[in-house]
Amino acid sequence: MDSSIALILTQDGIVNGAVYVLLALALVLVFTVTRIIFIPQGEFVAFAALTLAMLENGRFPGTVWLVLAAGLAVCVMEAGALVARHDWRYRLQVLGWNLAYPLVLWALAATIDWREAGQWGRIAFTLALIVPLGPMMFRVFFQPIAAAPVLVLLIVAVAVHVALVGLGLWMFGAEGYRTLPLWDENFLVGPLRIPGQAIWVVGASLALIVLLAQFFSRTIYGKALRATAVNRNGARLMGISPNLAGRLTLMLSAAIGAVSGILVSPITTIYYDTGFLIGLKGFVAAIIGGLAAYPAAAAGALLVGLLESFSSFWASAYKEVIVFTLIIPVLFWRSLRTHHVEEEEE
Amino acid sequence: MKTKKRIILGLALALGWTLAQAQVKVGVTVSATGPAASLGIPEKNTVEMLPKEMAGQKIEYLVLDDASDTTNAVNNTRKLIAENQVDVVMGSTVSPNALAMIDVVAEAKVPMISFAAGDKVISPVDEKRHWVFKTPQSDKMMTEAIVEHMVASGVKTVGFIGYSDAYGESWYQSLSEAIAAKGLQLVVNERYNRTDTSVTGQVLKIVGAKPDAVLIAGSGTPAALPQKTLKERGYAGKIYQTHGVVNPDFLRVCGRDCEGTFLPSSPVVVAPQLPDSHPAKAAGVEYFQLYESKYGKGSVTQFGSYVWDAGKLLAAALPEALAKAKPGTPEFRAALRDAIEHLKEVPAANGVYTMSPTDHLGLDHRARVMLRIESGQWKYIP
Repeated sequence: MDSSIALILTQDGIVNGAVYVLLALALVLVFTVTRIIFIPQGEFVAFAALTLAMLENGRFPGTVWLVLAAGLAVCVMEAGALVARHDWRYRLQVLGWNLAYPLVLWALAATIDWREAGQWGRIAFTLALIVPLGPMMFRVFFQPIAAAPVLVLLIVAVAVHVALVGLGLWMFGAEGYRTLPLWDENFLVGPLRIPGQAIWVVGASLALIVLLAQFFSRTIYGKALRATAVNRNGARLMGISPNLAGRLTLMLSAAIGAVSGILVSPITTIYYDTGFLIGLKGFVAAIIGGLAAYPAAAAGALLVGLLESFSSFWASAYKEVIVFTLIIPVLFWRSLRTHHVEEEEE
Repeated sequence: MKTKKRIILGLALALGWTLAQAQVKVGVTVSATGPAASLGIPEKNTVEMLPKEMAGQKIEYLVLDDASDTTNAVNNTRKLIAENQVDVVMGSTVSPNALAMIDVVAEAKVPMISFAAGDKVISPVDEKRHWVFKTPQSDKMMTEAIVEHMVASGVKTVGFIGYSDAYGESWYQSLSEAIAAKGLQLVVNERYNRTDTSVTGQVLKIVGAKPDAVLIAGSGTPAALPQKTLKERGYAGKIYQTHGVVNPDFLRVCGRDCEGTFLPSSPVVVAPQLPDSHPAKAAGVEYFQLYESKYGKGSVTQFGSYVWDAGKLLAAALPEALAKAKPGTPEFRAALRDAIEHLKEVPAANGVYTMSPTDHLGLDHRARVMLRIESGQWKYIP
């Protein structure tokens, strides 16, 4: 191995790692605020990438039906409150977001020829489709059991993941897709050939991290989420609605997942079930951060990316084994360093 | 009282009618979902096209999905045999599943026709594989076609990249044997996963070893990733793919990076391009047209044709088995197995099948052709 190969592998590792960073951050965010180990995180990645691919190919994206169905499910679950609460603002809000908005999306998907809409138009529409899935998913699956133990939440998360993978096969088919790159240029730097898309991936990840940091330190909603993460009951006493916090968190996580999917789909082929493995690697990184620390999770994600690219050079047959074995010494080290805290009883 | 009598009479009649109309039950398990879904879906589609009547017998097909999972394939097989009393089991799509099903069918003494390509499914024909046949060309035959083509075009050194599972391993084995026999040299051996998002590390190693040709042993769209990365890293040698990539989605995902790629394949894929003298042309064109009329132009893959040929084998073997015993009995299942083993020169979409007690595939060189990808199409190289 010479230095140029090492450089190329490092570049590859950083580009992959940048996506894992985003997913690790989303997983840490969801876990700290809602205590859900959010297995379906990867599905947002795959669904966003495949929705974009469908729009590029001029096909009707199945995610439209998913949003319609999820919105309808939310309306059904809110039906009691809709009748009982004589609050027009509340009624308008629920019906607007969960019934009218999906219908508008459906109308847009059916009438516009997205092949002509330009790359940014398609990306915007993809985000408009994927992001609302987060809060809807929270309302339907997690809000009714928000106080349940972590294990129950995990099991529900696994169930949601399995259901979504099945729906993914139904909506997009078994074959993989690649989307058009945002920037089809290549830059030669010494022995390195840096594709424009790789710069996009790393740049967008960094930008998103900065945005998140600003959101959490400057805005009232960001502070509310932080407060909920620090102490759920305390935050509730201060008037922060745990349901609002949950919906907001899943909206952020869906947005992060969708952006990751849009970023990686030009450099790799995405299948309906790709999301799980990408999410799992983000999860390994999040574990390195103890599912609580953002910088450690980000560093862990870069480590996973680099480890992956170097092990694929040295021992390609054992790449996955090496990456997932990393979790064992990390857990061992963490268990020695931290005192075990029993999960709080509610 | 009268009604009761009528009911009893009706039941008796119905029972007698079923006995007289004893139909042949075919249990099928395919991987219509999961990682092998792109292979399993055309197979499932083809089951629907199989004749509902053969040799004057009604044929009932029971199709289950094993989600590309070995445990499910075994459970499906048990279910088909124990609950539905099938006369023959067909499937599954991928070799690990088919291998796991062997024990089950051998124990229950039910003949099985596999759609999985792995050689180990039928070879060596031992006490258990006595019951197992398969329709897809073995990797060995396809490797021979590749290596012959390599030798003819002056290749001396070969690189290999394949799946890090039984599929890749099996290809590696047969390639290393075939090229050793021809005096070529295997200079680099790399692995990757179907779900990998990057193979830069492996490709750098291949490019560094400078082989004259590279064989990518993948299937479906995941086989496009190494090829795209090889082109990206400026590899200029010949690239070979396996017959596992023959589906339109592979061409779509790989795009212009796949121009000029060589691959072996079943004749069915290019059936209309074959010369009329080719023995697989007639059955191939029949399947080709039937499938395209139902599922659209350019939709034919060889995976579905394995199922079609399993149907051909069954149709050819049924008269002999029916002469010996009635469907639904252990004797019939044994007779059906014997009859399949006795088949001689059965023309089908993938070639001509001649079974024997030591060969449960029965295909020869007539079952493979070499193709080249030209402007996004499969082109037959005579």
